[in-house]
Amino acid sequence: MMMTYPRIGESIHRHTLPNGLQVCIVPKKDFRRTYALFGTSYGGMDMRFKIGDGEWLDTPAGIAHYLEHKMFDTEEGNALQMLATNGAEPNAFTSNAITCYYFSSTEKFYENLQILLSFVSVPYFTEESVEKEQGIIGQEIGMIEDNPEWQCYKRLMQALYKNSPARTPIAGSVESISHITAQTLYDCHKAFYNPANMCLVVVGDVEEEKILSLAGELFPDTAAVTVERDYGAEEPLVPNEKETRCQMEVAMTTFMAGFKCPPQHGGEAQMRNNLLGDLAIDVLLGESSPLYARLYSEGLINSSFGCSYDLLPGAAYVYLGGDTPNPHAVLDAILAEAKRVAEEGVDEDYYQRLKNANFGSTLKGLNSFENIAVSVVEAQFRGYDPFRFPEVFDSITREDVVAFIRDNLVAERCAISIIDPLAEEEAE
Amino acid sequence: MQNRSELMPGVFLTHLSAQKFKTGLLSAHLVTPLRKETASLNALLPAVLRRGTAKYPDMESLSAALDTLYGAQIDYTVRKKGERQCVGFVSSFIDDRYAPGGEQLLEPVAELLGELFLAPALENGVFVPAYVEGEKQNLIDGIRAIRNDKQDWADVRLMQEMCAKEHYGVLRLGDEMSTAAITPAALYDHYGKVLAQSRLELYYCGSADRQRVENALRAAFANLPRGEMKDLPAMEKWAAPAAPRYFTEEMDITQGKLSMGWRCATDDVPAMILANLLFGGTSNAKLFMNVREKLSLCYYASSSFARSKGILTVACGIEPKNYDTAVAEINAQLQAVANGEWEDWELDGAMATMCSSLTSLQDAQGAQENYYLGQNATDTDETPEELLAALQAVTPQRIRDAAASCTLDTVFFLKGKEAAV
Repeated sequence: MMMTYPRIGESIHRHTLPNGLQVCIVPKKDFRRTYALFGTSYGGMDMRFKIGDGEWLDTPAGIAHYLEHKMFDTEEGNALQMLATNGAEPNAFTSNAITCYYFSSTEKFYENLQILLSFVSVPYFTEESVEKEQGIIGQEIGMIEDNPEWQCYKRLMQALYKNSPARTPIAGSVESISHITAQTLYDCHKAFYNPANMCLVVVGDVEEEKILSLAGELFPDTAAVTVERDYGAEEPLVPNEKETRCQMEVAMTTFMAGFKCPPQHGGEAQMRNNLLGDLAIDVLLGESSPLYARLYSEGLINSSFGCSYDLLPGAAYVYLGGDTPNPHAVLDAILAEAKRVAEEGVDEDYYQRLKNANFGSTLKGLNSFENIAVSVVEAQFRGYDPFRFPEVFDSITREDVVAFIRDNLVAERCAISIIDPLAEEEAE
Repeated sequence: MQNRSELMPGVFLTHLSAQKFKTGLLSAHLVTPLRKETASLNALLPAVLRRGTAKYPDMESLSAALDTLYGAQIDYTVRKKGERQCVGFVSSFIDDRYAPGGEQLLEPVAELLGELFLAPALENGVFVPAYVEGEKQNLIDGIRAIRNDKQDWADVRLMQEMCAKEHYGVLRLGDEMSTAAITPAALYDHYGKVLAQSRLELYYCGSADRQRVENALRAAFANLPRGEMKDLPAMEKWAAPAAPRYFTEEMDITQGKLSMGWRCATDDVPAMILANLLFGGTSNAKLFMNVREKLSLCYYASSSFARSKGILTVACGIEPKNYDTAVAEINAQLQAVANGEWEDWELDGAMATMCSSLTSLQDAQGAQENYYLGQNATDTDETPEELLAALQAVTPQRIRDAAASCTLDTVFFLKGKEAAV
């Protein structure tokens, strides 16, 4: 099925193969580069699940990410090297909800695509190779644990959530990954790397038939697997704890505050809620808001300040933060401004201006093949069409924005995570 | 280069025509010598200019103007290209085809860019003191924040030690002390000089034709003062000391960061680019394959080559106890390149990677702009196609010679505190 979107100059061709695999092709004329992304609806949060009528399985934290690392091993060698030898730039990532493998190349695209489809669909692990990976991932975990922004975020998630696996870092810990064996990796691959749970996106100037035939060949008819997932007991909208604070090797105090929002359940409603949430925080504290200008000129925030609205399976939250001399002063100012906006509403001109600006920046995102492919794959798994954003934007009103702020950006929903520089060891 | 022409004295426009993007990119950079005395002044300048113009005197009115142009973005940039410091603005705005009201956006964005350079918000004839003070603090915070990313810190410390007596050792953002000493009057005085005496490099990438872009920029920069242009001093290449120097610093961290630097005596740039790729420039390279995959010593290990200075560096995150093994292994891998110990697929992969990244430059506006600024700021004049042809002509012997010309200069290691015991 082909859809065209004249307002943004894009089109997309969608196919469902007999084995259940979704294939989406976004044609891009005049580009030298072609980008392919193969994703599964399986991420760091999918730790507890059951296959069919089987028992509930509890897998170690970090396993989806570990599996991502090990998928590059094939019987013929490392797929990363095979792709790189062809000049492709391959990589992969694991988020809370999805795992994606991708490459971009200017030559030998179909050969590279075949390598991608093959190494992701055919697992090949040995006990030795699984054990060896612990050294590499252990180093990766050590590296991110030294990253203050990551620590601040991790601690915020643990303050916000009580039951949700959103509390757990995607890579797990050195301890949790020590329980991973070749067998657990095979089990997880079987559960989540089946074509009906996956999606292939290609962005570029390509021949559709060739892609469909390659994707069709590489997946012999696999029996459909039904997997049920458990994201823990339902979360209250109040945070688990209000504040978490620690010291690290940082130059100045940095903070992140989060506001728990009701979870979304897919479809265009989720997409609309996502655009609405982003617009609402932009109205409240985006770079052109009066609040941002005031906090910036008072030296309470600097260009490191940012905010975002994030939707995870069974969880949603607004978060904001950056470097500051006084985290509580920033948070208090935000809460006061949210209260004012909730009571007084938003000026129509200001609102229209921001809506235009938001349209422009979302459109700008379509320059990036990576961004297109990831949006398409996420939307596929959550059941909406990301290219309908201009129409969905049209449906959002000023009242919706005020209501989002009134309902969500309140003190009761809020937790704050602060990282301070290390105290001087020797007092003067 | 054919696509670069002199628009006004000392003002060059590089016009890159492309219909395929959703946006247009327009940028302007003053090219100045990187010097300890002026680095902080230069770095502070675009940040202060970005705070407001005569017409839009504060952030709120400036943001409102940009929002009205469908979220056009104008960001200030400070880039270090060899021993040159380039300061200015990069703007990006949606292409006219997608403007819901059919508006033309290039002209108003160019006008705003010109205002940011030429008509700043002033108070008593100098920059607004509150803006200068605020941005000084932000710049100081930015310099201090380099410590937050431990590998960045190790890389910066390596350059400070290795190039302590060269201009290249000066940080992109200058230093804390010089920043703290800047007054609004001193900055305004510096601004006048830099504006009149520096080369201005302009870039456009998008669907508008050259004539339209030239017209918009001529109008926007009509009042640019043009004084006596100062020639940019040539960049210096140094030799390695008789024996390598070793530095260690401690921080409260889990993973150690190793940073190593070599001096490359060769003038054969294409061969050195390939030697670097074989050594540690790709995920197929010797460092990745051996230090990470074979020995599991690290999560990452990669190398890069700064052609204008002839400096090769390696960045690597390791457990502190593996320091000696890692240093030895990294040296051994560079020696392997010098010995010609590589398989055909390694060189094919390096070539293919380079070929892919050079041909796909035209697919990314920002990367393309940065490539051309890098060329124009360091007095090289090579299109991606020309560079590719030069790489394809390199023989294995030239790669061996290039790698053999590298001498280890400095090793910097950032380690955890417990490890010191």
